Amino acid sequence: MTAAWFHNPGLLLILSGLLLPVLPWRLRQVGLLAAPAMAIVLLLQIPQGTLIETEWLGYQLVPLRLDELAFIFALIFLIATVLCGLFMLHLRSRLEPASTLIYAGAAVAAALAGDLITLFFYWEATALASALVILANGPQTRPIVVRYLVIQVTSGLLLMAGAIVHIQATGSTEFGHLGLEAPGGWLILIAFGIKAAFPFLHNWLQDSYPAASPTGTVVLSAFTTKLAIYALARSYAGTDLLIPIGAAMTAFPIFYAVIENDLRRVLAYSLNNQLGFMVVGVGIGTEMALNGTAAHAFTHILYKALLFMSMGAVLMRAGTINGSELGGLYKSMPFTTVCCIVGAASISAFPLFSGFVSKSLILSSSAYEGYWIVWLILLFASAGVFHHSGIKIPFFAFFGHDSGIRCKEAPWNMLLAMGITAAACIGIGCLPSLFYSLLPYPVDYAPYTGGHILSQMQLLLFSALAFTVLMRTGIYPPELRSTNLDFDWFYRRLGPAIAVALRHRSGRLYDSLTRITLVGRDHGLLAIRTAYPHASQLGTGAMVSAVLLLLGAYLVLFY
Amino acid sequence: MNPSQESLFWLRRPVVNVMVYCLYAICAASILLELVIHRHEILSFSGIFGFYGIFGFVACVALVLAAKLMRRVLMRPEDYYSREGKS
Repeated sequence: MTAAWFHNPGLLLILSGLLLPVLPWRLRQVGLLAAPAMAIVLLLQIPQGTLIETEWLGYQLVPLRLDELAFIFALIFLIATVLCGLFMLHLRSRLEPASTLIYAGAAVAAALAGDLITLFFYWEATALASALVILANGPQTRPIVVRYLVIQVTSGLLLMAGAIVHIQATGSTEFGHLGLEAPGGWLILIAFGIKAAFPFLHNWLQDSYPAASPTGTVVLSAFTTKLAIYALARSYAGTDLLIPIGAAMTAFPIFYAVIENDLRRVLAYSLNNQLGFMVVGVGIGTEMALNGTAAHAFTHILYKALLFMSMGAVLMRAGTINGSELGGLYKSMPFTTVCCIVGAASISAFPLFSGFVSKSLILSSSAYEGYWIVWLILLFASAGVFHHSGIKIPFFAFFGHDSGIRCKEAPWNMLLAMGITAAACIGIGCLPSLFYSLLPYPVDYAPYTGGHILSQMQLLLFSALAFTVLMRTGIYPPELRSTNLDFDWFYRRLGPAIAVALRHRSGRLYDSLTRITLVGRDHGLLAIRTAYPHASQLGTGAMVSAVLLLLGAYLVLFY
Repeated sequence: MNPSQESLFWLRRPVVNVMVYCLYAICAASILLELVIHRHEILSFSGIFGFYGIFGFVACVALVLAAKLMRRVLMRPEDYYSREGKS
């Protein structure tokens, strides 16, 4: 059975990542491309429906389960790993490529996990490895990495707590459909929701992604959030609550995206908005909607990586990514400009580009199920995403007023990575039937009807018209160097301020509070032991939740 | 001419003007095409003539105006979090 553990493309990547730092540079380059390529071959050789089971401490573990849903996510994760590897091929650093492979491997292994314990293990591994990807950009990222890790690890702890409750109550470790009624269902939903950047749980994304290196952000954009989408699709398909959550996610980030100056943060907001479409798809939960979620995750990983690649290339060559300082770069970076426009057209769902064939599955299924308000919100978000990702990003970086910046075009490996990704975006858009054959359920949908093309073109053209009119009348808000307050203000400003005030004003009260907590804990334990003499089995879930709560309280007060 | 007008001056260049008129023309054409192409709509209200065009335009103008208003409340200096205290 041990051999079964190694028959796992994710594990292959993790082991390669661990080996990478000790190799000389040329071999590191080879490994960075060969490892994910071999992993793809390995994945394609595993027959659909494979289930590898083993036992650990009396628990049933399924380190590898390959069905249609797991396959498409594992496949796109591996494709993204190859593209990220190519994009960062010039790097001399050891940390970033190695942590990229480990991070990607953990995401693939998590997508292939068939039980909650294995899922938890890899879930946390993605958190740690992705933190290293950010940290590779230098010591200035440390405070951001700390914030990032606190939130990511909290998600992992909630998943663990939920899994313990669930396993205790049902005796099953299976990572399958849960829903809110299942024991531990809420805890696990929140764990997934943190990584999927649900509203109010989202700020780690906009905080950390723009802090990574030009290459690191591309890596980050591909895995964590889409793994969460996969987990939601696996366990919460058809959960009605996800429909309003997803709809809110599509709408509110686009307002921030309009006024944000850091163009990689604009993309982070639009990433958040795209996740909303997928969450709505999971919430609707019909076969068509779940197909839409899987399809949109697939195309989204590609075009979002492409957009982050083009902005990474700009940051690397021009030295800044602030919209207020850029402009006119098409003269210096023509190839990057074209690739960025392909990414922009794909995310905006122009006909013949990838977003068009995936997003419409979700929109149509919301209309078929009669969610017309949700449909209107999604339509609004579609217009909005074209407005800020489709127009604003290329416009302020490559066109607009000439910033006077003259720089070299990106290195060949970056251009090649962008070129291949752009070709994939166009390929998917032009050959939808081939792409649809990868989806988990049979597809009965034709994206290219005259009416659909016309309605989408009207939506996009008139959005462009609005941008033009607002620009020419001077109403459009200029790019300004600024920070825009978001929900993270509560834990970056208000929380610390309260903690500092508490510590200043009442040092003694604080001490005695700590003492009371400790005494209270001892008394509490005593009380529990007296009340339940056979209490060793007592509510593991409740205990874990209590410990979590205490840890959280300590964290807030001391951090 | 004040600075903000000056920075918008490139928008008045002839080549940009031609592109903008082309956009107007294509927008108009996309609406007129509705007379020829039948849109098969799932929801009844989206069958209104020119629905997607009107919706796209109004949505984007509303989006930008709302975002401008949000700036008044939410905008802080760039170093807001790093200036005082720890971030």
